[in-house]
Amino acid sequence: MNTKALMSSVLLSCWVIAPASALEVKLGVLTDLSGVYADLAGEGSIQAARMAVEDFKGSERGINVTITSADHQNKPDVASSIARRWVNSDGVNAVVDVPTSSAALAVNEIVRDANALHLNSTGGTSDLTGKACSPHTVHWTYDTWSVANSTAKAVMDTGLKSWFFITADYAFGHAIERDASAFVETHGGQVLGSIRHPFPNQDFSSFLLQAQSSGAQVIGLANATSDMQNSIRQASEFGIKEGGQSLAGLLVFLPDVHAMGLQAAQGLYLTESFYWDLNDGTREWSKRFADARGGNMPSMVQAGVYASVLHYLKAVEASESTDADTVIAKMKEMPTDDPLFGQGKIREDGRKIHDMYLFQVKTPEASTGPWDYYEVVATVPAEQAFRPLDQGECPLVNN
Amino acid sequence: MTSFVNLGRETGRSTWAVSGHALGFAALLIVAIVAPVFVYPVFLMKVMCFALFACAFNLLLGYGGLLSFGHAAYFGSASYVAAHAAKVWGLTPEISIGLGVLTAIGLGAVVGSISIRRQGIYFAMVTLAFAQMVFFFALQAPFTGGEDGIQAVPRGELFGIFSLASDRALYPFVLAITFGGLLLIYRIVNSPFGEVLKAIRENEARAVSLGYHVNRYKLVTFVLSAGLAGLAGSTKALVFQLATLTDVHWSMSGEVVLMTLIGGMGTIFGPVVGAALIVTMQNYLAVLGGWVTVIQGVIFVVCVLLFRKGIVGVLTGNIRSPRVKSRRKSQK
Amino acid sequence: MFDFLGIPPQALFGQLLLGLINGSFYATLSLGLAIIFGLLNIINFAHGAQYMLGAFIAWFMLTYLGLDYFWALIVAPIVVGISGIVIERLLVSRLYHLDHLYGLLLTFGIALILQGTLRNVYGISGLPYAIPQPLSGGTNLGFMFLPNYRAWVVVLSLVVCVSTWLVIEKTKLGAYLRAATENPALVGAFGINVPLLITLTYGVGVGLAGFAGVLAAPVYSVSPNMGADLIIVVFAVVVIGGMGSILGAIVTGYGLGLVEGLTRVVYPEASSVIIFVIMAVVLLIKPNGLFGRAA
Repeated sequence: MNTKALMSSVLLSCWVIAPASALEVKLGVLTDLSGVYADLAGEGSIQAARMAVEDFKGSERGINVTITSADHQNKPDVASSIARRWVNSDGVNAVVDVPTSSAALAVNEIVRDANALHLNSTGGTSDLTGKACSPHTVHWTYDTWSVANSTAKAVMDTGLKSWFFITADYAFGHAIERDASAFVETHGGQVLGSIRHPFPNQDFSSFLLQAQSSGAQVIGLANATSDMQNSIRQASEFGIKEGGQSLAGLLVFLPDVHAMGLQAAQGLYLTESFYWDLNDGTREWSKRFADARGGNMPSMVQAGVYASVLHYLKAVEASESTDADTVIAKMKEMPTDDPLFGQGKIREDGRKIHDMYLFQVKTPEASTGPWDYYEVVATVPAEQAFRPLDQGECPLVNN
Repeated sequence: MTSFVNLGRETGRSTWAVSGHALGFAALLIVAIVAPVFVYPVFLMKVMCFALFACAFNLLLGYGGLLSFGHAAYFGSASYVAAHAAKVWGLTPEISIGLGVLTAIGLGAVVGSISIRRQGIYFAMVTLAFAQMVFFFALQAPFTGGEDGIQAVPRGELFGIFSLASDRALYPFVLAITFGGLLLIYRIVNSPFGEVLKAIRENEARAVSLGYHVNRYKLVTFVLSAGLAGLAGSTKALVFQLATLTDVHWSMSGEVVLMTLIGGMGTIFGPVVGAALIVTMQNYLAVLGGWVTVIQGVIFVVCVLLFRKGIVGVLTGNIRSPRVKSRRKSQK
Repeated sequence: MFDFLGIPPQALFGQLLLGLINGSFYATLSLGLAIIFGLLNIINFAHGAQYMLGAFIAWFMLTYLGLDYFWALIVAPIVVGISGIVIERLLVSRLYHLDHLYGLLLTFGIALILQGTLRNVYGISGLPYAIPQPLSGGTNLGFMFLPNYRAWVVVLSLVVCVSTWLVIEKTKLGAYLRAATENPALVGAFGINVPLLITLTYGVGVGLAGFAGVLAAPVYSVSPNMGADLIIVVFAVVVIGGMGSILGAIVTGYGLGLVEGLTRVVYPEASSVIIFVIMAVVLLIKPNGLFGRAA
């Protein structure tokens, strides 16, 4: 057959096969553009969503995707009113990202009875797939249970058994401390004490002093972002490591390490589900991301936005609908596979599972350049990394 | 001398002023009834709640001459109580809101009675101190839910009969509350009580010498202002079905000052305009992200330097330049 | 030795010493605020943002100009002070004839602008600023490990606070300044340039905030929000000390640091609210603050 005829028949068949009307999908990236999570999520999350839409090539499949975004300023009331307006009045089909546990819970409620989905990547609370679980929510990248348990498990596997916690005095901090302590105590470790600091806080010297005098092998930091960064920098000032104690950050992200600098953060143990330098797949995607973001490598939550949006769009295509119940059933039915998180799946309670990795922050000498911060210490397989289905008290799970 | 002359001028123009105000109320009512057709109703209800909050604050600042830095305490505590009553105790909305208002009144009475003894900036700082203590309590107490706040608050059924779950049904209810509150403030201000209050603001020493129990007037105003702020807070909890720490944070106290300042202190409609402007700006300029803070700062600066009368003050050519009671060295 | 409330004496001394270090920041900042209010009757809500600006300038100098901490200690306060003077000349001075309230609102607006702009440009995560080499490391005092830099902070801030107090209370220049605020017309009649004096004083007050910022840069993250929550605490300190009193601000600043340190051991969650409880109590007993004079 001559090439011209082949080409024309291929083109013709494409045109014939294409659906008569396109599916309209509207995504809303609800993130923090001006507060403590702006570097972690923020504009990067919007960028990640855009990349997912571009890579999906919806126009070739008869699906038109538009993206809108807003800043919820880490406040549950702002998040709630934006999500409410989007879902009830602006025709948004999926609310994506949503940092800050309180905001995530608020959006969770808005979406529960509406015809829209909540694809959460940055919010931490494990209640999203536990007590507060909803048929319309997918919790992607991580949660408080998984980071607390994975970090505690992996640190204890290196032989460090006695712990002291410095906890931020709010729900998130309490939850992480509770989950990590429970793990430590049921696995042959000891919790020598804990202390709660006001949230947010600038000066940790007195709390570090108490941690030092407890003699614990590990000081677990049950706090995040600037509190955690300040704790770590001041810990190096007070010679914590020289005194023989290790620091475990129960929630640390790559941009935090970048902000602290290796001098202060070296030796820190942390758990993440994604790192730009893990494998060729992550490297290739991250480089594309960084080129659009002025050289800043993606955080795991930004990777989560990409992966969750991509999987959502695939489910929309497969079910040929934007109806929330139909699409989410499809999302849970289809196993996930992307270059960022590898293979995984979404459970009945909305929890996406994938491997988690224990990293240790490199010393300044060992690092070859900016963003080369982590060494992989251990991998926690997906089935063990997240809270077992029957322990979450989620009403959607038939026990 | 000056204050008497002003008072006289004030009463002399009362007919004109009253009909002007009546027109203003009527216009507002018409706008409020028609608007939900064009504008998202939940946004409008937010504007109304904050308008009531700002008007309540203005009662204390613009008419009473007292700057409170901690008004969020009454707004927020009422919000928490109403939310808890509706969600955990399952009470009907009018009772939940009522409980919220009672909480705010009680808190206002306590804080007011202690802070009234001080003047000017010291008064403001005492109110701030108490507001911070309320914030701390809200943060620590288990029933408030800390960072998460109280979520999924049911809107309930008014009087046990009319369901308020839909925005359409809730709107007239919120409208009635807001207008009721505004009319109440108007009545307070244009009454003998209100006249004495303005006299105290202009020249406290003189009012004392005339035999008025100045502290009693101030306290009553404080409590009224706190109670109405509580009304706004409780209603807001039902509209958004949320009560959070934002409601008791000192930045909320700062925002209500901004709304009153822009709109026009000491005017009836000023705070309404100010609230509408600030809430609109926060919502529709949200796309600008972090620059909203900068814009608010610029508005503060511009208003204070050039626009002290506020929008309504400038529009109505208000004679009285809004001045806050404090120790002024020039008068000694 | 005895245990205080169940806390061994070593731990207690350690916490008190740490509290003293924090007190240095409170004292320096409230000193600047007290100068500006006590002598000029301006309530400078932008003080927290100017403190933050001092830290940022130190960071700029290190990152873009390669000038280290010791240069920053001298240059940053001057730059911040000059920016303060510009603000005073252009904006604040227009409000002198009005109520305090307006100065407060104006400076609050300026604080919002400064913080918002830097936040948009630099994000909120905080920029690292290393402790200068000569001041790093520490000494083991037995009951705790004291970083040298923290000791330096206490000593330097004490020196600055005490010398400022001496200048204002004991020198001729200070006398002119105090006289000028009581009766500007009369002092002006003596041929002293009163507006210049006022402007310079505002610059010094603001410069002190910038100085505190440079001191803070190596220990706290340099972030646009670093002054925002600190400012209301510093206000409380000034109010407790007595709005016009320089000595009151210094003593209360260090005192509060100690009280906070103690609270951190006994009931740590309350350490951020204890200052307000104290403020309410003090204002009820001594309405003009501990050292204040009835204005």
